[in-house]
Parts: sequence; C-alpha cells; structure tokens
Amino acid sequence: MAEKKTKAISELTWRDMRFGNVFTEPGSAVRYKTGDWRSQRPVVDREKCNKCGLCWLYCPDGAITPLDDGYYEPDLYFCKGCGICPQVCPKKAITMIEEEEK
Amino acid sequence: MSKRIALEGSFAAAEAARMADVDVIAAYPITPQTHIIERLADYVANGELKASYIPVESEHSAMSACYGASAAGARTFTATASQGFFLMHEVLHWVSAMRQPVIMAVCNRAVAPPANIWGDYSDAMTARDTGWIQLFAVNNQEVFDFVLSSFRIGEDPRVLLPVMVHLDGFTLSHVVEPVILPEQEEVNRFLPPYQHPYAIDPDNPMSYSMVMGPGIYAEIKKAQDVTLRESKEIILQAWKEFGDIFGRYYSPIESYKTEGAKTLLMSTGCLSETAKVAIDRKRDKGEDVGLIILHLWRPFPFEELYQAIKDAETLVVFDRCISLGGPGGPIISEVKSALFDKRKDIKFAGLIGGLCGRNLSVEQFEDALDKGREIAEKGSEEVFETIGIRE
Amino acid sequence: MQGELIKFGKNLVAKDELLTPGHRACQGCGSGLTIRLSLKALGKDTIVGIPAGCWAGVGSMYPDTAWRIPWMQTLFENAAAQMSGIESAYRILMDKGKMPERKINCVAIAGDGATNDIGVAALSGVLERGHDILYICLDNEAYMNTGIQRSSATPYGASTSTTPAGKVSIGQTTWKKNMIEIVAAHNIPYVASACPSYPFDLMNKVKKGAEIKGPAYIHVFAPCPTGWRVPPDSTIGIGRLAVETGVFPLYEVENGRYKLNIDRPSLKPVEEYLKPQGRFRHLSDTDIEMIQKRVSEEYNKLKTKIACFAA
Repeated sequence: MAEKKTKAISELTWRDMRFGNVFTEPGSAVRYKTGDWRSQRPVVDREKCNKCGLCWLYCPDGAITPLDDGYYEPDLYFCKGCGICPQVCPKKAITMIEEEEK
Repeated sequence: MSKRIALEGSFAAAEAARMADVDVIAAYPITPQTHIIERLADYVANGELKASYIPVESEHSAMSACYGASAAGARTFTATASQGFFLMHEVLHWVSAMRQPVIMAVCNRAVAPPANIWGDYSDAMTARDTGWIQLFAVNNQEVFDFVLSSFRIGEDPRVLLPVMVHLDGFTLSHVVEPVILPEQEEVNRFLPPYQHPYAIDPDNPMSYSMVMGPGIYAEIKKAQDVTLRESKEIILQAWKEFGDIFGRYYSPIESYKTEGAKTLLMSTGCLSETAKVAIDRKRDKGEDVGLIILHLWRPFPFEELYQAIKDAETLVVFDRCISLGGPGGPIISEVKSALFDKRKDIKFAGLIGGLCGRNLSVEQFEDALDKGREIAEKGSEEVFETIGIRE
Repeated sequence: MQGELIKFGKNLVAKDELLTPGHRACQGCGSGLTIRLSLKALGKDTIVGIPAGCWAGVGSMYPDTAWRIPWMQTLFENAAAQMSGIESAYRILMDKGKMPERKINCVAIAGDGATNDIGVAALSGVLERGHDILYICLDNEAYMNTGIQRSSATPYGASTSTTPAGKVSIGQTTWKKNMIEIVAAHNIPYVASACPSYPFDLMNKVKKGAEIKGPAYIHVFAPCPTGWRVPPDSTIGIGRLAVETGVFPLYEVENGRYKLNIDRPSLKPVEEYLKPQGRFRHLSDTDIEMIQKRVSEEYNKLKTKIACFAA
C-alpha cells in the first residue's frame, strides 16, 4: 500500500513502496518549517492596520493567518520574510525588522 | 454461441478492445497499426462501442492521455508501432511506475532508418526495461485472446501494471486468419469492472508522483520490480480462468513436440508457425528436435524456461531483432543469461533473422536447426550467427 | 474552515488554503502566489497537473506535499495531453453511468518553457480537439527551475544563463513568442492574460476559464525575483509596471472577441520596468529605445485588434 504516515524515510523498505509514487497525505507540507529561511520578519502595527486583508491576499506562501478579531497575523512558522506584505499594505502598517539573533 | 470468422490481426485486437468495453482510446496512426485504430473509430462512430476516442497529435500524447484516463478510472487502450513506440518511450516508464493498467497493442515494426514499414522486434525490445508486462502473439487468435486477457491481468488489484501485446507487423496485423470470437456474456464473466484503489478523486486528494531522491528511489524501483515479477502468478491464474471459460489455455512458454527432443529451437511471434512445420518435417526424418515458443517476455518466465528445456542438450534460439554491438539479439542474450545460472551444461546457439519483415521458409528453419546444432557443438567466432541474411 | 469567504469589496475570496504554506518556493514567488490564488478561485473539486519546472518540485518534495487537492506531476511536454486524458475519462465514465455526474476542474499549470517550447504541440492538440480543460501558463520568462536558462518566452535583451549578456552579446536576441495570440488563433472559447499583481482580475479569469465549456487558456505573467534579479519584495510592483508600461497588457479574448481589461490613457515608459531588473542591467539607452519602440508597436497592434474585434 502507499507509504504509511508514521514512518520516517529511513525506515521505509520496498515493501512499503508498492504504490510509492502515490502519496496519500494531502497538505503534509505544513510540517515543513520555511520560517527558518528568513533574515527579516514582518511586524504589524495594529494602530494603523485597517483589517483590509490585502497582506493575506498577496502572501505567496499563505503565511498570514486571518484572526477571529479581524486582524491578520504573520505566521512565523512559515513566513520566509520576502517583504511583499509591507509593499501592498495601503496603511503602511507593516514593517520588516531584522530577524532576531537566536 | 461463439463464432468463427476471418479476421486480420488488427481487427482481432480491435474486437477484443471492443468486447472489453474500453472507455478511452487515445491513438495516433502509424503503419501497420492503422487498421486497429480505424476499426475502433468505426465502432465508436456507429455506437457499437461507447468510448471517448481521442485522435491525439502524437504518440507521446497518446500514451500521456491514456495514462491520465487510466488514472481517472477509465479502461484504456491504444496501439502503435516502431517510431511511434519510440516517441512515447518516456511515457511508458511513467505508466508502469504509476501502476496504471493501460493496454497496448504493438504491431512490431523495424526501427528506421532506413525508412520501412515491415515487421521485426526492434521496437519491442527497446521497452524491455520499462516495467510493462509483455506478451508475443503467434497468430490472430492469440492476438485476440492476449489483448482480452491483458485487461484481466493488468487490472487485477495485485498487478495494476500496463500490458503490451506484440503482434508482427503485416504478417499478423494484415493477414486474415480464422479467429473464434466468444460471446459477450462470456467476456463479461471473465472481465470484472476496472477499479483502481488510487484513482484520482477530489474527495480523497492525493499527490501523484513527487520529487524523490537517493534516499528512497531504490526502494520504489525494487517494489516495482517485485510487483512485476509476482504478476506472473496472476498471469497464470488469469490464463487458467481464460481457458476454463473460452477453452483455450495459454502458458508463458509453449512446447511443441518436445517429448524426447534433445535439440530444441526457440522462437517468438508469427514465424513460430513456420518453425512448427520445420519441426514436423525434421521429426518425420527421425530427428529428435522440438520447438518452444516464447509468449511471455516480461516478466521473464525463468521457471517455465528451465522446465521446457529440462530434457534438452542443445538449445537454438531464433531472434527477430539485432542488438547493435551487443551480445547477440535481445532474446538470445536474455535466454543465454538465464541459462548461465541453471544450465551451464546446455549447448547453445543464437540465430538472428527475419529482420524488417523478411520471411523465412520452412526449409530455412530446417537449415537453422542444422546450423544451430553445429554452432552449439563447435562454437563460433561470431558473437551471433544469422539465418537468411546475405553475408 | 472550508467554505468560509473573506470579503474584499465586492470580491469574495475563499479562506481555504488548498495550497498550503510549507512549500519550498523562493521568497516572493510570483508563480506561487498565482497558484495559491487560482486554487481559491477553483475550489476543491479540482485536479491540477504540473510538468517539470519549479512547481513540479517545490510543492511536492517527498514527503512534503503542499497540495490539498489531487495533484499530478506530468512529463515536461505532456501536461495538456495528460489532463485531456483525465477530462475525456470523466466525460465518458459519467456518460456510461460508471461515475456520478459532477463538475471537476481539470487544470494544467505549466511554465513558459513547458508551454511555449517543449509542450507547444501537445497544447495545440488539446486546444484543437476542444477538451474541457483550463490551461494556466506561469510565465516567468525562462527555465527558472534549472537555473534561469532562456525559453522562447524570454524577452529581447534579457540575460539568462544560456543567453548571457556578454562582450559580444546583448543576451536574448529574439523577441518573446506571443503565446497568447497563438492560442487565440485556435479559436477556443476563452483566452486571457493575467498577473498576480492584479489578484481579483486573475481569480475572476481563472473562475471564468474553469466554468466555460471547452478549452480555456490563461497566460499569467509571474514575476520571478530570483531569475529576474530583483529583491523578493518587488514581485507585485514589477508585475504592475509590466502592465502599466504595456509590456504585458491584460486582456481577454472570448469567442474571438477582444477586450482590454486595463486601458491607461498613457503608458509609462518601458525604462521604468526594465531598470529595476538585474537581468536587463546591461542594456544601453539605444537598446532600451529599441525595446520601447517594439513594445509601443505591439501595444498598438493589440489595440487595433481590440477595436476590430471588440467584445
């Protein structure tokens, strides 16, 4: 059958890969931390933000989360720090700051 | 009541696809396959077959569309030959690795250049490593029976692999022979509906083929290889069921008058019937010769080969294809390699002939046996010898 | 989650991310944004086929798949053909009663190399045969995934790794193949150009293309910061400049009738679009003048066509 969900690649034998070219876990990429890539990250000034949602719309990674209160929050697990959101924010409510030293 | 009618090989193949109620046909014309796709187009145009007929713009697209259709859950069929077969080559790997039971008739035709339209196996042999199940038909009855049983074999949940049925270009595709056609009810009993466990389904989304690297590729290919080898059991089972319903039983290697034969000739495809007559004549003269015919090419029938030659001392293999710069013809070299492990004792000779539709007579097959026996006994300077080729 | 919409004026955009974050596209990927937005317009009853290119891999590096819809890799030149097989299968299976009637979008999403070059025959075949599929070309003007090699969509004067600007070369010496007009010449029901810098226009066109019966083609100008040598935050800006300078006009051809989506009283000079990009850095003023002349010519040609065959 297709690859079992719990096994790591190094544990998979050919017996697990009869249908190895069919992958049955849709959206499994959500476990991949692209947030490690960035050297700068977006910060939202809620005073200026008008909840227009354009930052969410224009993010190539879908790395901005719509919150229940209507605001939009960058998801730092995924955010690659490309800097598009400040470019498209009509209120200039987003600033890119240097990623902190870990 | 089954009926016995005169059919050329192409029409036999088309009729088998019609009776199997294929859903999608994507094909591009190439001599000598054209009659297959023309007949199917007729069936669809007259409502005798309800199928989506896609007249694609190249063979590469033909196999691509067949793959897509099969992945979506449709029973698919196509046909091609030679240059078209080569053009779809990369897609052949795709179909088998993705475990889709596309069925294809290949009207074997020699590779160009020189430009030609006549038959030999130089097209088929380039697909040896593509992971398809491959059968060679000897006559039009077998063309019909193999195409029909291929659906049963390929679609079996334990197999789910594509199947090629090879038939000699012109000498089978365009020659009229008597063919017994079964009742539709019998076909329906033999062939269950096609159901793929991983058919594309928006309600159950999957990713079909991802990027994989050194860490996992080998395991996938080994799994594919094991599945192909294990399919032989299902092929045997399907052919038993076929025989039980339709009365004709097939096996991966067919033995003809091999009892007590110390020298065996091995052949493939339609020239096997000429070889049969040569064997008859030789046996009438008191020679202990016999014929074995290779029907199943992939997965290679090792056990059946060893069984068929168990009492023989000499094996002469006739190949209808040349492998340039290699160890003889493809069939010759594979049989030789298979013998290396189990029958180092056997005397062996390989003969190549019949290229590009050049016919071989009964006398030439008798000579082939004599020549083969001599070479097997004394050895040869050449990597392979030829029959009927002007040296 | 599913079915929820976010309102942007009169535009309602699905909240669902059918392309999940966690994919490995470059920062600021114009193609990534295009796919994300297109899937919002298409919904979950969609099958996507993608040939070799960035998006054959960045969303599907085993075992991480960013796709929450059925997704298929295809071979380089057969995305159109493969999807046509799927579409034909569904049609006949529904006809034969072997599966229940339902609308499933069959979408091929291919780069400019796969569309303009190696896959042009398969695409042409599918368009001529009239299959009910949507074909989206992600045009970032080169074979980006393999290292920025030129394609027939690479514009004149662009430096790529196989048409590098050098002492005796200007870079790409031929003009961009007009794929949109080639497709329009097939007389299919719907052809459009789009750009993720105009997200609602893009999403509406994708929705329209999917709903139309028969082949639909959308040519998307998908800025690639990595290949064009611009900072990753300039994706949206550079796309807008392409439209505002007339380099990439946004228009539709519906059953042979032309419609310009954004018509400006005057176009910005092409130089504004070329100057920020590293791939055009080597161009002289004379080169830019020549490009401007050509862009103006092509734009006027298009406007004439639009006037002649107005929707």
